[in-house]
Amino acid sequence: MKNRLKVLRAEKNMTQEDLADFVGVSRQTINAIEKDKFDPSLPTAFKLAKLFNLSIEEVFHYESEE
Amino acid sequence: MTNLKQQRHQKIKNLAFRTWTWVATLALATFGPVYIWDYDKTISLIFIGLNFVNGIIMILANKSMFSAFDELEKKIHLEAMALTLGLTMIVGLTYTVLETTRVISGQPQISILVIFMSITYIITLIINKKRYQ
Repeated sequence: MKNRLKVLRAEKNMTQEDLADFVGVSRQTINAIEKDKFDPSLPTAFKLAKLFNLSIEEVFHYESEE
Repeated sequence: MTNLKQQRHQKIKNLAFRTWTWVATLALATFGPVYIWDYDKTISLIFIGLNFVNGIIMILANKSMFSAFDELEKKIHLEAMALTLGLTMIVGLTYTVLETTRVISGQPQISILVIFMSITYIITLIINKKRYQ
């Protein structure tokens, strides 16, 4: 799954730590999500989308592995 | 400092304390009969029971710390636990077979397995953490 988290975060002038505090996860988790190494749970994805006033599809998009 | 971090630090401290008390009561239950109470069964049973209760409390403290982890941390620890459990079972049984077939001499020691488990868990945890960095 790909995402635009890093760009959106930069637009809001937020650090990974700020984002982690808002969502209630560790900074390492935000870093892993931004690098597409970890797919967040649905509640976390909703929280992130809500923070940027976007839908989940506008933040995350699924790419088939085939 | 955020609530999440504070909560986690508190739980890690609690687990460290519970682990320490478990190790201390284990040492007392093991060496007490030899050096302190000369194999008095009643006293030994009291300390073995105390150690057992401390072990349960330590497990609960570990569970409590685990619940304070976020989703990625839980995944990292779960993968490390799965690998540790699998490897311990295979290595433990191989170790026993080596002894029963007299390839190695001497009785298999549970302490060796505990050390193996600890090292495996630490190594898999480090590898897993690096994977998600």
